[in-house]
Amino acid sequence: MITFDAVSKHYRGQTVAVDKLSLTAPSGKLTIFVGPSGCGKTTSLRMVNRLIAPSSGRILLDGEPTDTMDVAVLRRKIGYVIQNAGLFPHRTVAQNIATTARLNGTPKDQALRIAHELLERVGLSSAFANRYPWQLSGGQQQRVGVARALASDPKFMLMDEPFSAVDPVVRGQLQDEFLRLQRDIGKTIIMVTHDIDEALKLGDQVVVLRTGGTLAQVATPQELLARPADDFVADFIGRDRGYRVLGFAEFAKGGVPLGAEPTATLGATPETLRQIATDRWVLVADSMNRPLGWADVDSVKGPLRDGDLNLSGTLAVEGSSLRHVLDAALSSPSGRGVIVGQSGELMGTVTLSHVAEAIEAARTGRMGTQP
Amino acid sequence: MRFDWLYRESGRIAELFLWHLGLSVIPVVIGLLLALPLGWLAQRAGFFRSTLLGAAGLLYTIPSLALFVLLPLVLGTRILDPMNVVVALTVYALALLVRTVSDGLESVPPDVIQAANAMGYRRLPRLFVVELPLAVPVIAAGLRVAVVSNVSIVSVAALIGTPQLGLLFTQGLQLRFLTPIIAGIVLCVLLAALLDGLVLFAAKRMTPWQPGGAER
Ligand SMILES: Nc1ncnc2c1ncn2[C@@H]1O[C@H](COP(=O)(O)OP(=O)(O)O)[C@@H](O)[C@H]1O
Ligand SMILES: [Mg+2]
Repeated sequence: MITFDAVSKHYRGQTVAVDKLSLTAPSGKLTIFVGPSGCGKTTSLRMVNRLIAPSSGRILLDGEPTDTMDVAVLRRKIGYVIQNAGLFPHRTVAQNIATTARLNGTPKDQALRIAHELLERVGLSSAFANRYPWQLSGGQQQRVGVARALASDPKFMLMDEPFSAVDPVVRGQLQDEFLRLQRDIGKTIIMVTHDIDEALKLGDQVVVLRTGGTLAQVATPQELLARPADDFVADFIGRDRGYRVLGFAEFAKGGVPLGAEPTATLGATPETLRQIATDRWVLVADSMNRPLGWADVDSVKGPLRDGDLNLSGTLAVEGSSLRHVLDAALSSPSGRGVIVGQSGELMGTVTLSHVAEAIEAARTGRMGTQP
Repeated sequence: MRFDWLYRESGRIAELFLWHLGLSVIPVVIGLLLALPLGWLAQRAGFFRSTLLGAAGLLYTIPSLALFVLLPLVLGTRILDPMNVVVALTVYALALLVRTVSDGLESVPPDVIQAANAMGYRRLPRLFVVELPLAVPVIAAGLRVAVVSNVSIVSVAALIGTPQLGLLFTQGLQLRFLTPIIAGIVLCVLLAALLDGLVLFAAKRMTPWQPGGAER
């Protein structure tokens, strides 16, 4: 548990970066500080490990005030991950990861063993162990940065925009992997981001800050979407709030009925396609029944080739949120959303009207439980 | 060229070569040892930095001959004592290397320093295991300049009679005899190239982490 008790920071001159911040980041949970640029997120974060000294107020780790601790000892207890990883250029990947364990007094051999284990944990093969940071991509460096923070097995972690310096595809991967990792390790984490989507996707608790470093709202992602505290928060979350709510678990329970979908394979003749088709569009799958795309019966002239396929439809994995199911239905040229199992095999399709009914059912269910 | 002369004098020339080597290298080593703490101080303290680096720059503008002649008065040494040359060249090396060390420490990426602080490094361990290793490429570049320029400044000491290759020049001039002059030039260039290569080699060995550096 990390507690902010009326913490303020004034920089020389008149800048108030953080203004009487009081909040608690609960143990084992991921708390996200989010807000527009310059609202004091980084300042707040760095006051926790005293890279910045608060002007007033106190910060406590599990109830123990940080201002009386030896600063190096305090910092060794807290994992820290920054935007560009900040790896040591002169040390190999394994040596970099082992650093925090070594600082906490772990013998060298054991620290390197931990480093090799963590390398796999963050999704890098052991072939990377003896490379230097410049030989890694940005996303790989970021993974090493996370592994380094974890090597001393700290109870607390601070992360400042850890995923924002990489491209969107890699960012998505890193976020998913990190969620999986946190499910196992259950650290008490404060992460800073300016990206509300990232905050809603990753946070157990979201802290919205406004310019001037004051607290706007502390809530779970669902609460934030359903009941923003004021205009500032509502504006900051953005226009697609209603649609985003579909991404949360409570909506995933309302099942959408699956329809059976006949499939063709590549090489099928136009006559075969017409026999299979229930309307203009036929779903094409590979030999393991994994969907490849949709074929337009009216425009296929010879045996079906890759180039004939319409690839616009997204796939929803069975059991994923209604947001993904709705997206699959909306993006499919046939209007039928493709649902696949965990290993990518076709389960069936859903129609837009069935999805709409499921949303409606979930919505009334949710409204019904409101006081 | 009179090779028979070279052959006859080879013992003495070898001795002068070794003197030249020692007078070039020892001051740079001492200069570096002094420049490390001073450069570190200069890099840390903003106001101190400009003062210290300014003073170091001034030292470098004192003509070497003046220094060779003045030092016996300051140090109380005899005019022919090679110690005068060692001290003078140490002053030059120091003047050059203080800036080099300070620039080298300055070249360490702020991200890396911040990460080291955040992990709980204390100041001195951070200096020795993070900052200095990363400053090696810049410091090595400065060392190369210091060594090579020392090789050429040493020969000026021939004017006060200190043994080193410069004596071959004065001797050649007095005897109106070209062979010792050519031999002196060739050996000086050889020595400079040798020392330069040595520093380069050592730096490469110390920085296997650099892109394009030694094999991993
Ligand atoms: N070292 C500093 N000196 C003066 N002002 C600063 C300093 N660091 C940050 N600030 C100011 O404090 C405010 C908050 O900064 P920061 O915490 O970095 O914001 P964020 O991380 O939310 O973008 C900004 O207005 C910024 O300009
Ligand atoms: Mg910031």
